[in-house]
Order: sequence, then structure tokens, then C-alpha cells
Amino acid sequence: MFGALELGLIYGAMALGVYLTFKVLNFPDLTVDGSFTTGGATAASLIIAGVDPFLATAAAIGAGLIAGYITGLLHTKGGIDGLLAGILTMIGLWSINLRIMGKANLPLLREDTVFTPLRENMLLGTWVSIAILLAFALILKFAIDWFLTTDLGLAIQATGNNKEMIRSLGVNTDNSTMLTLALSNGFVALCGALVAQYQGFSDISMGIGLILVGLASVILGQAVFGNRNIFMASLGALLGSVFYRLIIFLALRAGLDTNDMKLTTALLVVIALLLPRWGFLKRIPSLRGRGNRAATSVPQGTTDIKDPAEIADIPAGASSARAGKEG
Amino acid sequence: MLKINTISKTFFAGTVNERKALQGLSLELAESDFVTVIGSNGAGKSTLLNTISGRLPIDSGSITIDDAEVSRKREHKRAKYLGRVFQDPMAGTAPDLTIEQNLSLALKRGQSRGLGRGTTSARREHFKDELATLELGLENRLKTKVGLLSGGQRQALSLLMAGFTQPRILLLDEHTAALDPQRAALVTALTKKIVEADGLTTLMVTHNMEQAIALGNRLIMMHEGRIIYQATAEEKKDLTVETLLGEFSKLKGATLGDRALLN
Repeated sequence: MFGALELGLIYGAMALGVYLTFKVLNFPDLTVDGSFTTGGATAASLIIAGVDPFLATAAAIGAGLIAGYITGLLHTKGGIDGLLAGILTMIGLWSINLRIMGKANLPLLREDTVFTPLRENMLLGTWVSIAILLAFALILKFAIDWFLTTDLGLAIQATGNNKEMIRSLGVNTDNSTMLTLALSNGFVALCGALVAQYQGFSDISMGIGLILVGLASVILGQAVFGNRNIFMASLGALLGSVFYRLIIFLALRAGLDTNDMKLTTALLVVIALLLPRWGFLKRIPSLRGRGNRAATSVPQGTTDIKDPAEIADIPAGASSARAGKEG
Repeated sequence: MLKINTISKTFFAGTVNERKALQGLSLELAESDFVTVIGSNGAGKSTLLNTISGRLPIDSGSITIDDAEVSRKREHKRAKYLGRVFQDPMAGTAPDLTIEQNLSLALKRGQSRGLGRGTTSARREHFKDELATLELGLENRLKTKVGLLSGGQRQALSLLMAGFTQPRILLLDEHTAALDPQRAALVTALTKKIVEADGLTTLMVTHNMEQAIALGNRLIMMHEGRIIYQATAEEKKDLTVETLLGEFSKLKGATLGDRALLN
């Protein structure tokens, strides 16, 4: 139970990364499966090489930033479809991750990791470690909240929302897309580095199917916390990750084994996506309706019908208009 | 101010679908000119605006704004000169962002965007004042998501966003065409108000001849990628729809859109 909470909070970093691409940028980024392992691999190899674990974790973030940036380059400069760009990077990273690690599995036994102080004081699996991890996850969450409300962050939100509009306001959407992908994969790699240190090894296949875990977290969180503003949405992603781990924990308790977890995760995402369609939970429409969000406008109040004469003098004849546009 | 020198644009060049959208068109706008552009379907009106804004690259010719050659600059680089409103009311705003966030985005048009707060209280006060001029009550709904506004409200907001940072040139691309008559009238009135308040240099494409006559100090008529008729400030005062229709009828093969005739 405590273990599930700890894992949930650690994986919260990845959920926040996935939130940045899937929800904010409206970009289905599959780089995650590769960059997560890249994070774990980078941190593990550096730690084994004697590098300070915090520095190694920072380096892992750097590796993730680069991975995300490459996907961004492929998509924006190369004009490759976003889904495919992510898959290409993910597949390519498999070989790179093996190069980084040198072999398929790197154990971190008896190495100092960022969790060593907790482990040595027998604090892992207690409220203390959960409090520390919660604080860490909340710092990441508030960092994202803050970032998205800056001028630059608003431009990124607009990039995911209405590219044409923000381009007309002078934003290079190629750059904002690449920046967001880089940041997102930085979060994912950070998560990979922490998971590797938490579980005591880095493995080449540790990232497989992870995008679905991230997605499950984001969708679960959104179902519970809604999508009213950034604060709630990022909180939802974070706590969705914890919910997800608890569900997995309960599923394992119920007698399923770890190999069933991929199917469990997939089913969880399917259920979370289908439920609102059947009208139970109308709060999570946007992943199913990707791309046509603008069309879901609901008129609220009808204050815009006004006598034009009140606003300015204009010849009556000018008040007629036609719909249509030249071909 | 704005100098367009013999620009040409051909779509699908060298194919059976080849279409010459602009054929050596030249146009010059002086400071505070408000030029309305009319023309038949496919005359190149929207193409003209899109080449100025950089959404479409030109094949030849040059476009200079304030003596700066911009025709090779990409769209986002030209944004510092241009305020734009599109035909689609959904196009000019970000639906999932609030009114104040949209205005913040517009406030930084063409500037570099850093890590400063997007919506400060100082900006909010400024936005309230600006929104009040629309007289739509939007100044009390700063935190409303724009996707919840009606088409007319969104278009009015787009217009404000395009105009309130005093762009060197305001480009209006049939921005009232997708609205019902009442809302179109409202947006037309706001256009007049916003343009006149700051003396903005404006290029407005419209299908509506009456609107083209009522607004602005100059009028141009386009056909097959060329300007075929111009009315100066003097001439425009006495211009009537009949005169314009007469000009149209001189053209061989020119057909007005049904909608234009219905008016």
C-alpha cells in the first residue's frame, strides 16, 4: 500500500510530462516509452560510474530533454506526423538506451542512490517517505502551473489550442512545440531515473507501454478533478498517477499477476474513455474529441446582441452581411 | 507605409489546376488609409491578405512595410507589424484559454515571450478598460473561457485583440461574413470604431458592397488577381452599389457571387 503510494507519486512526474504533451500541446507523444528508459539508463550508468546520484538524475533529465527535442524536430522541421515522429524516436532510443547501459539490465545494488538516505534510515514505505515524495511531486506540479501561466506558457497553451491564431500573434509554433516536447520528456526521463533508483535497477524494457500508464493517469485524474483550469488539471494528472498505482495494487491483490498489468492498464484507459460516451461521466470529453474542441462552444448569456446604433454611427445599409468566402 | 510591388502568386503551377491568384498586383497604402477590397469569387482578395501576412509565400514581387522588406519573412516574423481578424470567428482566439489570457497573448504580439506572469493585475485593468469599449459586458467575464462565448462575441474579441496593440496594418479578411446580420452589424460598427479611434491603417476584404462603401476612405475592386477599379477618397464619397455593379458588368466573364447579388 505504501509502496503503491510512493510509486504513484514518483510516476506523477511522468504523468505531468504526459499531461504537457497530450493535454496542453494536444500532441500524442509516444517518445515517452523510450525517453523513460533513457532516463533510467542514464542515471544508472552514471551512478555506477561513481557520479553523485543527484547529478546523475539531472543528467537523465538532460537526456530526456534531448529525446523530446528530437521528436519535435522530426515533427516540425521534418514535417513528420506527430504520432510517427514519436514512434521513430522511441524505436531509435531502444538502441541508444542499450548503448548507454552496455547491457540489458543494470543493477544498482549497493550503489548510492537518491533514495539511499531514506532506505538507510528505514523510512521508505513510511509516511515520511510519502510526505517527501508528495512534496517533490507538488513542487513539479506547481512548477508546471507557474510555467503555463507565464507569457511563454500561455503561448504554449495557445499552440496546442489554436496554432493559426498564435502564429498570427508572432509565435514560432515550431519552437513552442519543440520546447514543450523537450520539457515533457525531461519530466519523463526524471521519472525514469527515479524509478530505476527506487527499484534498484535499470532495465531496457522498463519503459514499454508506459505511455498508456501516463495516459491512464491523466484520464483518471481528469475524470475525478475535471479540466476547469491548469491547477486542477495538473493536480488531476498527479493524483491520477497515484490512483492508477492503487488500482494496480488492488488488481495484484485480487490475484492477477504482473504480466496481466498491461492488459489491466489498457482496459482501464478504454473504460475511462468509453464511460463518458455512455453518459455516466460527462466530464472527460477532450481526449475523444481531440481536434474539434473549438466546436464545443456553449453560448453563455446572450449579451452580444446589441443595437449597432448604440456603438457607432453607421449607415443602415452596411448592417447586412453575407456568409461565404471565395474559393 | 505598406508597399506592394507587382506581386504574383500561382497555385498548382504547371498543372491542369493551375490558378493565377495574383498577377503582378501593386498597391500602396498611406498612413491611416482604410482600404476596402471587393471582387468576385476567386479574385484573389484573400490571397492578397494571406501574402501580406506571410501565410502564403509570393512567387515574385516585393512587399514592404515601413520600408522593411518582409516578403521573405515568415509569418510569425511579420506579426509585429500586423493585426489580423479572420473570417472564421473561431480562428482568432484560443477557446480553452480565458478572455484575459487571450488578451495577454495578443498584448505580446510580435514580442519575445518570457517567463513573466501572463495576467498581471495591471494588465487586467488595462483589459477591462479595453473590453468596456466593446460594450458587450465582457469586462466582467475576464476569467471566462473564450470557447463559451458566441461567434459574435468571439469576433468582437478578435477585433479588439488585433487592434488594441496598434498594429502598423490591420488585416480584416471578411471578418463579418460568417456572422448573422445582426452580429455582423455589431462587428462592422466595432470595426469602424476601433479603426477610427487609433487611425489604424487597414485593409479589409469583404463580399458586401454596401459595407465596402460605408467603411474606409478608399476602395479597390479585384478581378483575376488584378486591381481593376480603384476609388480614391474623393470618388468614394459618391460611390453607390450601382456604380460598382456597373464596373463589374464591364468585365468579361466576371460573375458576382450569388450572395453579393442577393444583397
